[in-house]
Amino acid sequence: MPPSSASAVTILADGRSVRVAAGVTVAAALLDLGVSAFRRSASGDPRAPLCGMGTCYECRVTIDGVAHRRACLVTVADGMHVATAGAEEQP
Amino acid sequence: MSAVAADVVIVGAGPAGIAAAVRATEAKRHVVVLDEAPNVGGQIWRHRSVATLGSDARTWVDRLARTNADVRRGVAVVDVVARAETGDITVVAERHLGGVDVIRASALVIATGARERFVPFPGWTLPGVTGIGGAQALLKQGATLRGKRVVIAGTGPLILPVAASLTDAGARVMLVAEQAPFQAVRDFALSLFTQPETLLQAAAYRLAFLRTPYAMGTWVTAASGTDRLTAVTVANTRTTWSLPCDLLCTGYGLVPNVEMARFVGCTVTDGAVVVDDRQGTNVPGVFAAGELTGIGGVALAVTEGEIAGAAAAGVARIDPSLTRRRHALQAVARRMARAFALRPELRSLARDDTIICRCEDVRRAAIASCADSRQAKLYARAGMGACQGRVCGPALELLFGWQPGTVRSPLEPARLSTLSTAALAGAASSDAVHSAGS
Repeated sequence: MPPSSASAVTILADGRSVRVAAGVTVAAALLDLGVSAFRRSASGDPRAPLCGMGTCYECRVTIDGVAHRRACLVTVADGMHVATAGAEEQP
Repeated sequence: MSAVAADVVIVGAGPAGIAAAVRATEAKRHVVVLDEAPNVGGQIWRHRSVATLGSDARTWVDRLARTNADVRRGVAVVDVVARAETGDITVVAERHLGGVDVIRASALVIATGARERFVPFPGWTLPGVTGIGGAQALLKQGATLRGKRVVIAGTGPLILPVAASLTDAGARVMLVAEQAPFQAVRDFALSLFTQPETLLQAAAYRLAFLRTPYAMGTWVTAASGTDRLTAVTVANTRTTWSLPCDLLCTGYGLVPNVEMARFVGCTVTDGAVVVDDRQGTNVPGVFAAGELTGIGGVALAVTEGEIAGAAAAGVARIDPSLTRRRHALQAVARRMARAFALRPELRSLARDDTIICRCEDVRRAAIASCADSRQAKLYARAGMGACQGRVCGPALELLFGWQPGTVRSPLEPARLSTLSTAALAGAASSDAVHSAGS
């Protein structure tokens, strides 16, 4: 069920405008959008959240132009721009 | 940059940090609390709405809210300078999306908690493999797990509440595996006869996932999939089998977050910060409370936080009932550590090509011939990446017996602008200034 307008915000995830529940973290929002490659590892493998608490740095994405932000530590905000590894791989 | 003077600065707003803040403000001290997360509560009291918290957690979170403590969320501490000659402590923190906070205080309470211990095995870097506490954290952050096929495999008492809450969230939990043998878990449970409420809680959790097999003496040996997890392989002493799944939650107990304490010079023994009866460390003005002084659970963390907050505020006499409770809870923690000791098979799960350091993609073969963690870092970049060895460090210790290397600032990856701002304000350690200038 899509979040109701009162409790939802719109974010731009890899160029796609999506409604997500207010108050969730960027990591939770991306997982629900089906994102599995938050970032690419040093040898190019897809990586996604491991620890969920800011320790492992596997959920790094670009948020509002700031690179290497830990998605599990940032709450979504209306109009927020999020770019995952997938953003760079789009044709 | 925002610079602020305080009496007590507390790093970490979990149970210990919250209790410390409440006690220090009661003693009329100006308190600043810093935490990386978007909300207070740490891991165990993580919440988006206080209405979802249990009564103890809610009481403490409400008490903190009623204090005049300056609580700053969404900031990562990147540097701490404790000047012995003046007694001044300066903490530099970077806001996630921009900005630097510099806090000067006369006392520091380090309440950085603990993280999960991960044991490397083939496939553990695949998307879809998370920690056990990690899955719980992501669920509480708002991730939807409904309908997902889940395997929970690891060790320790965290398994039960997570299996219960994932089931409650609609996940299809296929298997819950505890690596410790049945006898060890049974003996630990029996030793809890003095704490019937703990046993009842455990039974309630088990009831919540009663339709899922709960296998003792069973552990995960591999995860497979191409771009994401599709199956896991598990083993016991007799056999090995595979099952399809979308989410593998795996973790092997907790590791105290001692990096900041080690950086400021606190003595660490057996992986935990050494403290006295007032939670004081060997560094004047620096206190430690909660899981970083030894894994002991939420009740112990709160008790230690209360003691540390009062002591950091300069209260001369600590309530003796707090000290007694601390000793009793520490005894339970020691029994738990014995019951959930890691089985030797876990040390040989990683193959030559299994990644050990996820930040730098360093495989086992690249470091197996090294002498210690320092050599593994200098020769092969193990522990050189963004997490600064917080994930691979405990794995290197388990696999090779290597102790963690030196901790340097910045304590977390930081922007050059953060370090230069702090350096200009005279707040950065020489380590951090060097990093910013190089």
